[in-house]
Amino acid sequence: MVDREVVLITGTRKGIGRHLAEHFAARGALVEGCSRETPDWGLENYYHHKVDVTDEAQVRQMISSIQKRHGRLDILLNNAGIASMNHILLTPTATVNRIMATNFLGTLLVCREGAKLMQRRRYGRIVNFSTIAVPFRLQGEAIYAASKSAVETLTRILARELGELGITCNVVGPTPIETDLIKAVPPEKIRNIINDLAVKRLGNFADVTNVVDFFVRPESEYITGQVIYLGGAG
Amino acid sequence: MSLFTSIDRTTVAGLVFVSLREVIAQSGQQAPAEFSEQTTLLGRNAVLDSLGMVTLIVELEQQLEEQYNRTLTLANDRAMSQKNSPFRTVETLTDYICGLLAEESTNG
Repeated sequence: MVDREVVLITGTRKGIGRHLAEHFAARGALVEGCSRETPDWGLENYYHHKVDVTDEAQVRQMISSIQKRHGRLDILLNNAGIASMNHILLTPTATVNRIMATNFLGTLLVCREGAKLMQRRRYGRIVNFSTIAVPFRLQGEAIYAASKSAVETLTRILARELGELGITCNVVGPTPIETDLIKAVPPEKIRNIINDLAVKRLGNFADVTNVVDFFVRPESEYITGQVIYLGGAG
Repeated sequence: MSLFTSIDRTTVAGLVFVSLREVIAQSGQQAPAEFSEQTTLLGRNAVLDSLGMVTLIVELEQQLEEQYNRTLTLANDRAMSQKNSPFRTVETLTDYICGLLAEESTNG
């Protein structure tokens, strides 16, 4: 078994996931990442799995590979997610299935398989990703927000079920950040969201990393089942 | 030629006993002096609590994969819906795993 912390981050090809991979690699962790497509970047201490998180067999294979190469998993960050803005009356069922599969089922599968590896050492830190679209009940984001509500409830119950195994489970809910995820959102809508925040600005990667760092510290063993929204939302 | 490493029933039973001892030791509970195939895993007089049962299933899945390169999901929908749970005793669990291994070899 390696003597360095092992971190698994989903959705690392770009955006917050890539930033988190760089952050944890820089602090000396062995970082495992995944996405459906191969990223156009590489990093020391980083290993990429081409995995669709909605595919149970692929997720199991990825965790098995981590077990065989490192023998441990300390931190799991379920960042992979997709969004789609649409009025509910114009939302195709295929879009609903796609969003629920990636955001909810994907998070569940990686949590389940990751926790199986974590429990062997009776230690683990899981951080799942939600959004301020949940407490703000943003119009046009019914399915995206509902999928993240499911992630929040899942996380709160996992926190109870996995607590005895030394695994904490928490959620960070970012505000809009300059990533591809909000490219399609009209600027006026972003301005309105920012006006509703306690801290009136767009979020940045460091804001997310700050909360993640807090959740994953060994000292945070008494912090579980919690949701922290950025910017004072909620 | 089969892609799978074959495992006989004695080996599976041995794996269940070893994993059971490990899970009980890990939980800090007092292990019974002796285990047999009739050792109860679920319900009254069970040697495991509910968390111990979960840990045993996970441990067995991992050992089967690590030692024999066999990837099984023991807690599948069929097992959970069976009237007589395959997780009742060491014997029923061993038979259940052997059944899954045989099915996988046939289908795989």
